[in-house]
Amino acid sequence: MSQTTASPKSSHPRWLRLTHWLNAVAVLVMVTSGWRIYNASPLYDFSFSNSITLGGWLGGALQWHFAAMWLLAINGLVYLLVNVFSGRLKRRFFPVSPKGVLHDLWSALRGKLGHADLSHYNQVQRFAYLFVMLDITLLVISGLVLWKSVQFPLLRELLGGYDAARHVHFIAMALLVAFVLVHLVMVALVPKTLLAMIVGRKESV
Amino acid sequence: MKKRIHHPDLDESSILTDARKILAPQIEDRSRRSFLLRGLTLGGVAMLSGCNLTDNESVETALSSISRFNDRVQGWLFNPNAMAPTYPESMITRPFPFNAFYGIDEAPTVEEESYRLEVSGLVADKRSWRLKELRAMAQTDQITRHICVEGWSAIGRWGGVRFSDFLKRIGADTDAKYVGFKCADDYYTSIDMATALHAQTLLTLTYDGAVLPREYGFPMKLRMPTKLGYKNPKHIQAIFVSNTYSGGYWEDQGYNWFGGS
Repeated sequence: MSQTTASPKSSHPRWLRLTHWLNAVAVLVMVTSGWRIYNASPLYDFSFSNSITLGGWLGGALQWHFAAMWLLAINGLVYLLVNVFSGRLKRRFFPVSPKGVLHDLWSALRGKLGHADLSHYNQVQRFAYLFVMLDITLLVISGLVLWKSVQFPLLRELLGGYDAARHVHFIAMALLVAFVLVHLVMVALVPKTLLAMIVGRKESV
Repeated sequence: MKKRIHHPDLDESSILTDARKILAPQIEDRSRRSFLLRGLTLGGVAMLSGCNLTDNESVETALSSISRFNDRVQGWLFNPNAMAPTYPESMITRPFPFNAFYGIDEAPTVEEESYRLEVSGLVADKRSWRLKELRAMAQTDQITRHICVEGWSAIGRWGGVRFSDFLKRIGADTDAKYVGFKCADDYYTSIDMATALHAQTLLTLTYDGAVLPREYGFPMKLRMPTKLGYKNPKHIQAIFVSNTYSGGYWEDQGYNWFGGS
């Protein structure tokens, strides 16, 4: 994998840790309330167990969903803006290439990818984090179309209409959940990353 | 979508139905509305499955104020000139789904001969209207998508009087904040004046070219393709213009009041 110079600052600055955990709360609320909303009129041949949903009934779930959307969108916007303008996005997530991702993925599967320097993202991480940024952006856009399909005609047509937007919203949710599952497994495998996201220590443990 | 769909997969609706059946004899003397509110609380307890933080009072208050905030945001986002998409006749959903908070057999029967549409509140002319008088006004037809709060949607064709024409005709104060509706099925709701005056908001008397049938809301349904189904009242008996917020059947239980799309 390519080696870049380690950042002089802590690997997980305060704004990053804050937006990360706010985003985690927002995603948890959005996904679990979204499942309850989905259950009111399932798009596919299954529904979610109500025991893992939030809101108690459709009306309650909608209230949670339309409250947490503000947190998800505003916090996400703050994260993206700081990320772009601080230069962190470019520094940490680029370059990234299909070849590099496959190479690092292969190393990871053979247990040969190190996590000694948490301020350096390997290409699989770069890809995964860039992917989840785009995926949440797509969730917000398709969500806007579902919420206000008449008021956002351009977005609606871009996604292929109201019905298509329902599928886009669902699939983007499924991909986000898949990301979270892999993310949690990786954290369990390399627990010091959890510590870094909580206290922001820059030295490796 | 208009009111709650009866979906076999929905365990909460069957729980609610059962609970209401058991409790109905004990609370006959109470008003329907308080019964429904109690039914809702009971439903909340019966539906302990699922994380039910919503039952916590302060959480409920916070969520309600965010919902009111969302009403204001939607009012601000609402563009009176933005039209909902219209569709060709070939895209009409057939049969168009029946949807209400009761079964199709319980849809109210309204007699045309004795029917009068009552008008009250901030209007110059408070006289009641017969159906034939409404039919004598200029009629408009449109094929639009009906989007249910549950997520599903269906395309239908409604025809009738532009609601803005009607409001002008009765001399309504169009600077007032709300227009409210009372219906023959005890449903009630209210909408913002901007949406009431939208060019696609119709006081519909027909469905797919024929007199609006009982199951779709005879004698009339207010059709707003810029709002979710539950905001579109059927079997309207009374219309009032007001500056006082009056909520609605589902809105009082937690659905968002603006309910725009």
